[in-house]
Amino acid sequence: MSENRGSIKKKKIGVYICHCGGNISDYVDVEAVKDAVRDHPGVSLVKTTMFTCSDSSQVSMVEDIRENGLDAMVVASCSPKLHLMTFRDVARRAGLNPYNYIQVNIREQSSWAHSDHPAEATDKAIHLLKAGIEKARRLGDLKPLEIEAVNRAVVVGAGISGMRAALELADMGTEVFLVEKEPFVGGHTVQWGKVFQGEARGDEIVERLYNEVRKRENITLFTGAGVTAVKGNVGNFEVTLTLLPRGVKERLTKEEFAEAVQACPESTDDAFNFGLTRRKALYDCGDRSFPALQAIDFGACTKCGKCLEAAHGKIDLEQPEETITVQAGAILVNTGFDPYEPVKGEFGYGEIEEVITLPQLERLMELQPGKLVWKGKEIRHIAFIYCVGSRLPEGKNTYCSRYCCTAAVHAALKLCQNYPGIKTFHLHKGIRTYGKQEVLYDEASRNGNVFLQFAEGTQPEVRKNGQGVEVHLHDLLTLGKEIEIHPDLVVLVTGMTARSDPGLVKTLKLPVGADGFFNEVHMKLRPVETVMDGIYISGTCQGPKNITETMTSSLAATAKANALISKGTISLEPNLAVIDEEKCVWCGKCDEICTYGAIEKVKKGDKEVARVINAACKGCGACLPVCPEDAIELLGYTNEEIFPMIDAIAEEIRFKEKHRVEEEVTEPAATDEDWHIKVEKLDEKSKKILLTLEEEPRAVPEIAGETGIPVKEVMYRLMSLRKYGYVKDTNEINEDEYYTYALSHETL
Amino acid sequence: MAAQEEKAFVPKILVFSSEKISDPAIDLAGLLKKHYPPTVYNISIPCTSGVKPGWILHALRSGIDGVFVASDGTDCAYRSDCSDVTSATIRAVQETLKKEGINIARVKMAAICSVCADPFVNHMKSFMESLKEMGSIKNELKN
Repeated sequence: MSENRGSIKKKKIGVYICHCGGNISDYVDVEAVKDAVRDHPGVSLVKTTMFTCSDSSQVSMVEDIRENGLDAMVVASCSPKLHLMTFRDVARRAGLNPYNYIQVNIREQSSWAHSDHPAEATDKAIHLLKAGIEKARRLGDLKPLEIEAVNRAVVVGAGISGMRAALELADMGTEVFLVEKEPFVGGHTVQWGKVFQGEARGDEIVERLYNEVRKRENITLFTGAGVTAVKGNVGNFEVTLTLLPRGVKERLTKEEFAEAVQACPESTDDAFNFGLTRRKALYDCGDRSFPALQAIDFGACTKCGKCLEAAHGKIDLEQPEETITVQAGAILVNTGFDPYEPVKGEFGYGEIEEVITLPQLERLMELQPGKLVWKGKEIRHIAFIYCVGSRLPEGKNTYCSRYCCTAAVHAALKLCQNYPGIKTFHLHKGIRTYGKQEVLYDEASRNGNVFLQFAEGTQPEVRKNGQGVEVHLHDLLTLGKEIEIHPDLVVLVTGMTARSDPGLVKTLKLPVGADGFFNEVHMKLRPVETVMDGIYISGTCQGPKNITETMTSSLAATAKANALISKGTISLEPNLAVIDEEKCVWCGKCDEICTYGAIEKVKKGDKEVARVINAACKGCGACLPVCPEDAIELLGYTNEEIFPMIDAIAEEIRFKEKHRVEEEVTEPAATDEDWHIKVEKLDEKSKKILLTLEEEPRAVPEIAGETGIPVKEVMYRLMSLRKYGYVKDTNEINEDEYYTYALSHETL
Repeated sequence: MAAQEEKAFVPKILVFSSEKISDPAIDLAGLLKKHYPPTVYNISIPCTSGVKPGWILHALRSGIDGVFVASDGTDCAYRSDCSDVTSATIRAVQETLKKEGINIARVKMAAICSVCADPFVNHMKSFMESLKEMGSIKNELKN
């Protein structure tokens, strides 16, 4: 059936079946697979290799392609996630179109998944490989889309992640527009005092980054600005920035500022101190204001004009909003997080005045460096309640916020150090001070901090008790015994939540996960990348992170973005939707379902048809199934390619039985009478390896040392020798704790 | 012996998975040696919202006993309504199957996240059992 389906484009296909050491060949009979596809239509050459990804195999594949004039290549090995690009590059080096390569996964999806059924695993590998070959026969000579790229980036958010990204990009030669929504940079880090690890303070880190940003001529910083529209695509985005009025044109002197603030009648909760204090509509963040230019909070300002006299013309309450448009090759989103805001009544928050959050405690320590006082009472005992807004059994916040256990323990140590005599109780459901942060927990435990664990499914209860507060919990370590604490202050260790910014989400069309954070394509294989080519996410807008992790992800995004746009052109995957204009009758269904605006209506003779805007199409294929005329195909996944793959899988193959028979009649080399003859026929290196085992079992490094054969090569030759019965595992380790191998026969 | 083997019906399942989300879960199942029936075969595509009804119907009409679409769910890197779009395709396929007298339970869909190795394995095992009860699709195709 597949013979007649679609046009056959490739007639000389090279097929390589990988042993992967023994990862595949220990369970899948690669020789049986080879036999099964040897005469398959289109197959010109078929080989098995020990490690197809090894340099030597790649070189011989290039030679094969050139010498045999192969027009496509199929490798049956591991997951394409690992080596798709490796073998595409082999094809490219050999002069083949890199998209004339198919990788078939017979390791994760066959040998490993079905190691309990080796014969069936072989059967499956044959089916999968045949499907891959069928697809290869119909591959078109696709070309990556080449588009011009502007070597300029818009970095959204000027917290530590955004500023770090801007600096690195600038130093690599990429011009940067750094856009901060707030009038001052630094995100939440500028609100913190000393942060783990090291002695640095959060505000000092911000100040250092800000001063560096100011030194770079190729960074333009916009504060009080947002991204309000994005057109275009990777390499050439047209980004509209809306600059909100700051209200202050020139920095007020200390005296002018004090007088103008005094004159201002409007006040609001000071977000910088998480509502612990109030501020006026004219404000700054003290000596933590970067830039130092003060700002008007137009949300609180009534434009009464009382500040104007003291400001001597430096305030303009009628400043207009401005918009500017910039071209950029890439966009880096670093919009950060918001601390979880407990709901009213959650552990008494908002109802019992002795209940505050950890961010509030951090600011309280900054505001009261000598003595900690809350509502007129000196604080002697603090109870921390962990995992507030994190690790919840249901809802959006089921995740762990990663930083808060460490932040709380670190805060407790700062309390011990700066406010001698304060005792702290830590009510938790499992402390997660992972990695090097564990030393903090250890130090806190030794410093007299009391850690009490409550069981999953239970939680502490905070009650008002006359003039004070009491906390009850069932302690896990004393078999659920109820413990009562009477602290002066209850601190809720709140986690990180995704910053709500629906406008930005809509503007950038970024996917958001169930937890509200931006989704990267894949956390391990394509971190910091989004499905929107050229748009990267880093820092806590992607998920909870501490400062170190934030910086790491920021640098990752920076490297990706710079590598993408600094070359001047960008290659894109050619998986685009294409429309058969003869079949299309313009019903508009493809346009309705496309969320990327990649479909346009065009005139074709006397009818209207749909056409794909290549630069906007993401290749998801959602338009395919909705087309009633089946007029849309996705390049690389066309009917012509998919139907024969299905046919190959549906085919009845009787190799399972054949394979079993072969297994029964094949005696391993270890019991062959012609053992010596077989050894003689081995290549010199393999014989050398066997010789080293004649006296006693040895491990790989020892064999490598004695033979001079590289360790890696010894390893795969041993695997091969083991598979064919020349050597065996001893299941013992030597003094260096390496596994040892022995000859299957006593002598050679 | 041959007759006995003929009686031991082993269904064949075709899985449509997505390269970025459900494929990694299927790979992870293999990596962790979480075994599932070896007659489960996989074709991966960029996003399951792009599965054509014609592909599923062709698989069933070709003798594959069941088709499972391992949808991206809310993790989809392309679109948050991926599952809705994919399930609309599944419903359309099931309508056609009804008309052809084929059991609509031969087509299943579930959201499989990139680390959902266990759910994938469980789905494959239970789907395989259901298909065994349904018997070979060839019997339904004859009708």
